[in-house]
Amino acid sequence: MDKNEIKEKLKSIISPYVPQKELLETITEETELMKDLKINSQHLVDIILDAEDVFDIEIDDDSAEKMLTVGAAIEIVEKLIHSK
Amino acid sequence: MNQRVVVTGIGVVSPNGVGVDSFTKGLKEGKSGIRFLKVLEELQFSCQIAGQPDLSELLISSYFNELELKSLQGSGLLYGAIAAKEAWSYAGLDKNIDTDWGSGCIFGSGHAAIDVIRDGIYKVDASQVKRIGSTLVQQTMESSISAFLAGYFGLGNRVSSNSSACSTGTESIILGAELIKSGQADRMLVGSCNSSGPYIWAGFDSMRVTTRKFNHDPEKGSRPLSASASGFVPGSGAAALVLESYKSARLRGAKILAEIKGFSINSGGQRNGGSMTAPNPLGIKRCIQNALQSAAIPSNHIDLISGHLTATMGDFGEVSAWGQALGLSKNQFPFIHSLKSMIGHCLAAAGSIESVAAIIQIQEQFIHPSVNCEDLDDRISDLIGKESIPQKSIDRELNCIAKASFGFGDVNSCIIFEKCKE
Repeated sequence: MDKNEIKEKLKSIISPYVPQKELLETITEETELMKDLKINSQHLVDIILDAEDVFDIEIDDDSAEKMLTVGAAIEIVEKLIHSK
Repeated sequence: MNQRVVVTGIGVVSPNGVGVDSFTKGLKEGKSGIRFLKVLEELQFSCQIAGQPDLSELLISSYFNELELKSLQGSGLLYGAIAAKEAWSYAGLDKNIDTDWGSGCIFGSGHAAIDVIRDGIYKVDASQVKRIGSTLVQQTMESSISAFLAGYFGLGNRVSSNSSACSTGTESIILGAELIKSGQADRMLVGSCNSSGPYIWAGFDSMRVTTRKFNHDPEKGSRPLSASASGFVPGSGAAALVLESYKSARLRGAKILAEIKGFSINSGGQRNGGSMTAPNPLGIKRCIQNALQSAAIPSNHIDLISGHLTATMGDFGEVSAWGQALGLSKNQFPFIHSLKSMIGHCLAAAGSIESVAAIIQIQEQFIHPSVNCEDLDDRISDLIGKESIPQKSIDRELNCIAKASFGFGDVNSCIIFEKCKE
């Protein structure tokens, strides 16, 4: 799975938790999940669980805490997929 | 000074009709919402029929978006949220942008999300605590439904969930009405909800208080007041009301659907024949009399009684308690009926669904039938005339309805609804 594919999949994982859908249109790797996409902090947990299901990986607590931007999320998922 | 309390909005998710229009039609037609449920047969329930609201995916998605639905996985929560949204909009109100300090919410439940609890427990037992996700707590805390609604609408007055078994719905309305009457709130979103499904109904099945004789004829199964009543049919659903001070309703030009003239909540203390599961007849009698007293009306003022009447052994005791409380002879007795004959016993949701039915009947001036009691219990027909129990819908001038609910724990509640006069 290449980076772009991961990015697209992550986007669809994140999408339900984004209250204003138009914010999804301008996503870059620097986009912050809470600040820019207005995702409620409570739902970061759910995004991590959904990502575990979709990519069939296990995200440990330390990695989970770092998943605050789209770029960080891609990087963590990519690493975990390749270390499988 | 006491404020007058009026109803300006209603919403309902009932086994025989979702939404006020469809429910009203169901009431007039005496439509049954009781169905045979395959899952109950497979699980070897004695009673394999139940009342469960019919919600399509399309209807659900017209009320809430994908994200909101993630927090409404319990069927009771979903029923409650849909009913509340209908009531709020029926009252001509929108979601508040800023917190509305004058509006609050008392919304009760028995179990609003029992399936969510089950999923959580399964994950814990499988050492998958991490996999539980963020919405278990908010959906399974006892205040799940009021917490959701307050956040959804932006309510800043008192926000809480009450729970008092099958008295919950009627009680929630009274708790909200008290706050308005005393001037502590201008507007209260009240009501109650109960989840569907085997985990809710199993305990009653095991107690043998549900009927096992109508699995092949579900619509005939719920038989309050009947000689062939053989236990209640379990139900589920929700209803919501927007209560408001008369002043507040007038100020914003809201349509007033009915007035809450009086109410009472008490307990029989599980004495004098009362127990965890049966009411102390004196408790019921006092509750009804206190409600009349708080409404400051004589008993012959009541046109219709919306009974608790579940189709168990309790029906006769209830009818005789009404007779004693009202002190009216057989030929003076008002109309009496049971909505449970059409939708079963919706448990914590029963009182609010039945109250919404009462308000609709005051609005539209009719009395819905009490179906399945063509063979009246002789002891009951000795106390009240056959003509007091409508077998078909009756168009009639209707000014005043007494609604009562009784619950496990020997708790009682009674409301007097009236057509609103200037």
